[in-house]
Amino acid sequence: MSARDEILARVREALGAGSVQGSRPVGALVQGSPSVGSDRQEVTPERAPEPSAYRTPYRTESEMDEDGLVELLVDRLEDYKARVEVVARGELAGAIRKRLDGKRFVVPHGFPTEWLHPALADRAVTDSREAPIAVERLDALDAVVTSSAVSIAETGTIVLDGSPDQGRRAISLVPDHHVCVVPVETIAGIVPEGFARLDVTRPLTLISGPSATSDIELERVEGVHGPRMLDVIIAR
Amino acid sequence: MTTVSLGIPSVPPRGFGNISAVEPFPRAAHRELGNAQLRANLGHATHTIRDKRLRVVSELPDWEALRDAGSAIKTEAMSRLPELLTQFEEQFTARGGTVHWARDAAEANRIVEGLIRQTGASEVVKVKSMATQEIGLNEYLEERGIAALETDLAELIVQLGHDKPSHILVPAIHKNRTEIRDIFLAEMPDVAPSLTDEPRRLAMAARAHLRRKFLSAKVAISGANFGIAETGTLGVVESEGNGRMCLTLPETLITVMGIEKVLPRAQDLEVFMQLLPRSSTGERMNPYTSLWTGVTPGDGPQNVHVILLDNGRTRALADRHGRSALHCIRCSACMNVCPVYERTGGHAYGSTYPGPIGAILSPLLTGVEAEENSSLPYASSLCGACFDACPVKINIPEILVHLRGEDVEAKHAPRSGSGGRRRGLPTQMDVALGAASWALSSGDRLGLLEKGLPVARALAGRDGKFTRLPGLAAGWTQSRDAPAPPSESFRSWWKKREKAAGPAKGDGTTDGAAGGRAKGDGATDGAAGGRAKGDGATEGEAQ
Repeated sequence: MSARDEILARVREALGAGSVQGSRPVGALVQGSPSVGSDRQEVTPERAPEPSAYRTPYRTESEMDEDGLVELLVDRLEDYKARVEVVARGELAGAIRKRLDGKRFVVPHGFPTEWLHPALADRAVTDSREAPIAVERLDALDAVVTSSAVSIAETGTIVLDGSPDQGRRAISLVPDHHVCVVPVETIAGIVPEGFARLDVTRPLTLISGPSATSDIELERVEGVHGPRMLDVIIAR
Repeated sequence: MTTVSLGIPSVPPRGFGNISAVEPFPRAAHRELGNAQLRANLGHATHTIRDKRLRVVSELPDWEALRDAGSAIKTEAMSRLPELLTQFEEQFTARGGTVHWARDAAEANRIVEGLIRQTGASEVVKVKSMATQEIGLNEYLEERGIAALETDLAELIVQLGHDKPSHILVPAIHKNRTEIRDIFLAEMPDVAPSLTDEPRRLAMAARAHLRRKFLSAKVAISGANFGIAETGTLGVVESEGNGRMCLTLPETLITVMGIEKVLPRAQDLEVFMQLLPRSSTGERMNPYTSLWTGVTPGDGPQNVHVILLDNGRTRALADRHGRSALHCIRCSACMNVCPVYERTGGHAYGSTYPGPIGAILSPLLTGVEAEENSSLPYASSLCGACFDACPVKINIPEILVHLRGEDVEAKHAPRSGSGGRRRGLPTQMDVALGAASWALSSGDRLGLLEKGLPVARALAGRDGKFTRLPGLAAGWTQSRDAPAPPSESFRSWWKKREKAAGPAKGDGTTDGAAGGRAKGDGATDGAAGGRAKGDGATEGEAQ
């Protein structure tokens, strides 16, 4: 029997064995802790609930207006040491120029041309799936500028989905400085709202602040292997 | 282990690898407790993460609803596992990936080696992964001339220090900054001798050390936090960006995933991406999460594999009282709240999976009959803190008690009769319980034994305490005293009192009863005194 068939057979047998064995009640075994008693799982493996049974209780919608969403997203991003700026759509090109001034940077081929100030043109390198920049060359560049697909205000999360204005995953990873544009209409309030807008079969990267580690005595160090600097520009 | 067919459903084979203790928990714990540095580090770490977790969890008004949902989704996934695994395979394959299946650790290791050989690479980069830790992949590859480089900072520290992880989230938590600097100075050829022990400098040294490896690696190996059956999507949750490097830059990506990691729907991510980061690092969201589905032409690895691993998971699944241990999402919240883990650290559990979840998961994967893991279900005071912290509501204390029952059955079941599977000679416990059964089943026998009480009392000495008892009872006196027995038993005292009071008459009976009760209360006090002592012991365990 192939490993596949054998494992699937074992799983079926294990599940079958579980439901025919004598039912020894284990619920009453641990007593004395009220929290243990009140927290007891009601669900048994044999009777899994219909999705509708648990889809309702947790929040799937938030009621925040645009100001509320922007304010919350800024607060959460800054908490994780990202640098955030909110600008009007018309000021976007200027804001990006300020962040990338003097730097050599990569830009995905679908990045809106009106967001790139003409003065930056000679320091921009364009990347696409068809004409990818070699990783060594990416490493030699100072920065990257991309747009983003969705943001989640409550967790301070920005999602890239590989669309032409965000580019291949490598370009937003290797350069040390990421300038990321968040169009205000892409901001969702909470996690379920954010995921509802995403297609998970695209290559997704969820970013919440610059890379970080707490591996040495739990002291947080921002900036390890991913970009050490994250600039977010929210465009209204 | 050989299986004898008895006409009843056979138990699936046990798992192998780094999931078996090499010595009993009490002995390992005793040794680890002597390490003051370890205890100080662990105390600091567990309390810090615990507080962070509580802060971010209290921000969510629907936390309990999310836990219920997480638990229900995992329960559903386990009950539909054959169908979901097949669906995952179809989807992952349709999108350009290749699915492999491994019955156990050895088979998974062989498959990974074969895939690496096909690329011609002799060095691979790795994302922190519990599954590959479990199957001992690094050691296996190293023996065959393939260098597997851990890229998570803590895993790198552990690997360079020729050490073992002690916590699943922060594996090097038992090392302090000075120890880490010394490891880097000794093991990183390119590091400056002036390296200080400031965490930022150490992290930057690791960045420099790994950067060239990332940029040139041809093959990466990862685990997976989730596999989505509906779409064939895999996900890795991380912080440093080493995950993104491994999942994005190399041409070949090999993922080892336990079969229990599969989730039915993409929508389920909305639950687990709230539960996991808050329970794990105490963050609203971890810095980076990568999701990939097979191959994306022109973006990321083009040669993508996943190995679906059993290694004892079906055995755990066959235990209907223990199977919910497979719901674990490896967040480590249970470790951070556990009074036992906080003192002994992860090494004492002897397995890749330490702490409360390890105390149930390791014996479930290997079978509690596996001698080396049979002490793990006792590595707990059953305080229940782990259950309260678990984001998918695994009732760890209940499963611990269940496994203790299994262990007792395996060790002490009578040889005759059905279901007896005692191994070896009768234990001290068997002898003691046999003797108790003999004495307590007859009043005369008990009376005879009770005549020995004054002798036992005298043996206890002037302070009325036993500080060291022999044999099995030594386990009790190792961490607390046993009180001396009274000079006279209650039964003999009562008999004497009845004689002295003479024949009962009229309401004197009531008096006598009342007096008896008063005296009885005294006896109860004595018992309460004994219980207070017992409580003291419980506190000692639960601190």
